[in-house]
Amino acid sequence: MLMKNKKAWIWRAPLLLVILLVYCSPFYILLGISFKPVTDLSSHWKFPTLPTLENFRVAIEQGNIFTALKNTTLISVIVVLLIIAVSSLAAYPLARNRSKGNNLIKSFILGIMMVPPLSILVPLYSILVDMGGINEYWGIILILLTYELPQAIFLYTNFIRSIPEALDEAAALDGCGPIRTFFYIVLPQLKSVTASVIILTGIHCWNDYQFSLYVLQSSKMNTITLAISSFFSQTTSNLHAASAAALLAILPVVIVFLFLQKYFIKGMVDSAIK
Amino acid sequence: MKKRARTMNLFYVPALILFAVFVIYPFTKGIFLSFTNWNGYSQSYKMVGINNYIRMLTDQNVHRALLNTIIYGVGSTLLQNVFGLALALLLNQKFRGKSVVRTMVYLPVMIAPLIMGYVMYFFFTYNNGALNDILGVFGLEAIDWLASGTRGTAILTIVNSLQFVGISMVIYLAGLQGIPDMYYEAAAIDGINSVQRFFYITLPLLMPAISSSVTINLIGGLKLFDIISALTGGGPGYDTNSLSTLVHRTYFASENAGYASAIGLISFVLIMVLSNIVLKYLDKKEADLC
Repeated sequence: MLMKNKKAWIWRAPLLLVILLVYCSPFYILLGISFKPVTDLSSHWKFPTLPTLENFRVAIEQGNIFTALKNTTLISVIVVLLIIAVSSLAAYPLARNRSKGNNLIKSFILGIMMVPPLSILVPLYSILVDMGGINEYWGIILILLTYELPQAIFLYTNFIRSIPEALDEAAALDGCGPIRTFFYIVLPQLKSVTASVIILTGIHCWNDYQFSLYVLQSSKMNTITLAISSFFSQTTSNLHAASAAALLAILPVVIVFLFLQKYFIKGMVDSAIK
Repeated sequence: MKKRARTMNLFYVPALILFAVFVIYPFTKGIFLSFTNWNGYSQSYKMVGINNYIRMLTDQNVHRALLNTIIYGVGSTLLQNVFGLALALLLNQKFRGKSVVRTMVYLPVMIAPLIMGYVMYFFFTYNNGALNDILGVFGLEAIDWLASGTRGTAILTIVNSLQFVGISMVIYLAGLQGIPDMYYEAAAIDGINSVQRFFYITLPLLMPAISSSVTINLIGGLKLFDIISALTGGGPGYDTNSLSTLVHRTYFASENAGYASAIGLISFVLIMVLSNIVLKYLDKKEADLC
C-alpha cells in the first residue's frame, strides 16, 4: 500500500504544484503591485522591496472606494432580501400546482435564465430612462432583482417539491388557507435553500458590472466594479493605485468565502442539480 | 380545492409583473426599435424597414462577433468540463492538502470577472507583463499577446474557463461522490482496467452532472461581457467582440440604437436556438441512460 501511495505522489505532487501556482499567481501579482511604490518598475513577479501603503491612500481618496463599497453593499442587501420574498412566494404554487399553465410559466422563467440581458439592452435602457430609473437605487435594484429571480425561483421550486405535500394537506384540513400554510408550514423549512439563494444572488449583485454600467452613470452612485473600471481607464499612469482598489474590492468576498466555503459550494451544487 | 389553487397562484404575480416590465416589454420594444434608425437619445426617428437586418448580412464586425460568441460559449464549455472533470477526479482521491487545492481553484469563481480581467491585464501586457517576464527568463522574445484578434479570443476563452472551472469541478465532485462504491467493487471482481472503469462506469453515471455543468458553462460563455471589456475592450478593432460587447459598442459609442437592437435580437434568437439544441440533446442522453 505504501509503495502504491509513493507512486501516486510522483505524478500527483508536481501536478498539484502547477495547479496551485497557476491559481495563486493572480492574487500574488495583485498583492505585489498594490504594495509597490509607483516608481518601482521591477517585474511584477518581484515582491516589493519597500512596501508602501501609498497606493491604498490614493485608491481610497481618488477612487472613492468606500462610497462604492457602501453603495454595493446597500444594493446587494436590498436585492437579496427582495429576491427571497418574491422568489419563495413564486416558487410555492409552481412547486405545488402542477397545472399545464403553471408548467408553462415555469419553463418561461427558466428560459429567461438563458437570455443574455445585453441582447435587449437598448430597449431596457430606454425604458429605464422613461421611468426615471437611471442613477437611482431603485432602478438598478429592480433590474438586478428581475434578472436574478429565475435562478432563485428554480432553487426554491426544486426544494419545495422535496418537502412532503402531506404537511400542506394536513394544514389545509385544519383550515389553514394557502397564505397561512405558506408562512407557517413551508417557509420555516426553507432555511438551507435560502442560504444558497443568499450566497448565489449576493455574489452576483456584488460582482455585477453589465447592468450597473448602464443604470448608475453618476460617479456618486458608483458600485465597486464601476469604481474599479473607471480607475483603470482614467489613471493608466497609476495602475498601482488601481490594483490597490481592486484588492480592497475583492477582500470582503474572499474573506467571507474562506469562512463560509462549505455553504458556497453547497449553494452552487444545489443550483446545478436539476 | 380549485379556489385554493387559484389563491395560491396569486403568489407568483409579483414575479410575473417584474418579468413583464423588464423582460417582455423591452423585448417587444426591441423588435420595434430594430426597424428604426433611432440614435438612442433624440425624440425623432424614422422607420427604416428591414434595413438594419440587411446591413447585418454584410457587416464583418457582426460576423466576427457572432463567431467569437460561439467560440466563447463552446470553447469555454469544452475547457471547463474537461479540466473540471480532471480536477474532480484528482480531488476525489484521499490525500493531504486537497482542500487547499479545492479552495484555490474555486476562489476565482467569487471574484468579479471584470476585476479578474484587469488582473489578467498585468499578465498579458507587452511591457513588463508577467508572462513576457517569464519568457524573458528563458531568453525568449516577448510577445504582444493581445495584438492579434484570434489570439485575443483564445486568451479570453482560456481566462474565462480557468476562472470558472471551479463550478464544474464541484459539480463533478458531488457527482463522483454520489456513485455507489459497489459498482466499482463489482467491476474490480470482473477484472476491469482503469480506462474501462472510467468509460463504462464513471462517465455514464456522471451524465446528470455533465448535463448541469455543460448548461451552466454554455450559458455563461455565450453571455461573456465583463472580462472582454476589461481585458481587450473588444479590440484590436472589433476582433474580440462578443455579441454582447458589440451591442454595447454599437449603442453607446456609435449611437446606433436601432441597429444595436437588431443585433441584440438576432443574438437573442441564436443563443436561444443554440442552447436549446444542446439542452435537448443532453436531456435525451440522460433519458437514454436511465
